[in-house]
Amino acid sequence: MKVRILYLASLREQLGKSGEDFEIPPATSTVAGLRTLLMARGGTWQTALAQGKALRVAVNQEMAQSTTPVNPGDEIAFFPPVTGG
Amino acid sequence: MPVRIQAKDFDAGAEIAALRRDNRKVGAVASFIGVCRDASEGTAVTKMTLEHYPGMTEKALERIVSEAKRRWNVMDVLVVHRVGELKPTDQIVLVVVTGAHRGEAFAACEFIMDYLKTRAPFWKKEETPQGTRWVEARSSDDEAAQRWEPPKSSAA
Repeated sequence: MKVRILYLASLREQLGKSGEDFEIPPATSTVAGLRTLLMARGGTWQTALAQGKALRVAVNQEMAQSTTPVNPGDEIAFFPPVTGG
Repeated sequence: MPVRIQAKDFDAGAEIAALRRDNRKVGAVASFIGVCRDASEGTAVTKMTLEHYPGMTEKALERIVSEAKRRWNVMDVLVVHRVGELKPTDQIVLVVVTGAHRGEAFAACEFIMDYLKTRAPFWKKEETPQGTRWVEARSSDDEAAQRWEPPKSSAA
């Protein structure tokens, strides 16, 4: 199944990518699973997405948790804690 | 629309007048303007760039405004937040709340700013003499937002 992934702000610069369409195996059912798959690319992916990094995730533009389900066609955004205002 | 994200500057006086619309029930107008400073964390800042997440940011702000209206008896709310390149002295954000009395208007205005700072997807990148850097989230902003959480119900 295919999902749309977005990388925002400092994360986009670290990864050198603003987003991608990503094919995930049927076994990947949660945000945590997707994060693990992306980290498996190694290098910057592993360090930028490492557990313990202050990272936020939104699924279909709603704040999500590591246990939030991921479904075909979802828009999943990874970004650092917000600093507006 | 009570929420706007734009690159261009805003005129607070004109925005307030438009929000009041000569409503004769309004007895209080509380407003806040956030401004770009020339230094942060002890370092000079020459320029900043504000980024957002189109779609989600608007939704997050609308939700914050709805929550403020649910908690306080206020009439109209406006939030304008700028994105793109800003320099010191530039205006960043405007929040205006109208109501019958000042207490609720002040509280709603402060609540909206505290939640905006911790929940609305915006990110600042600063240019300093030492190079560019992304602004780190502050724990003091989290603490400011936590003041508004409903009290935990006791287990007793």
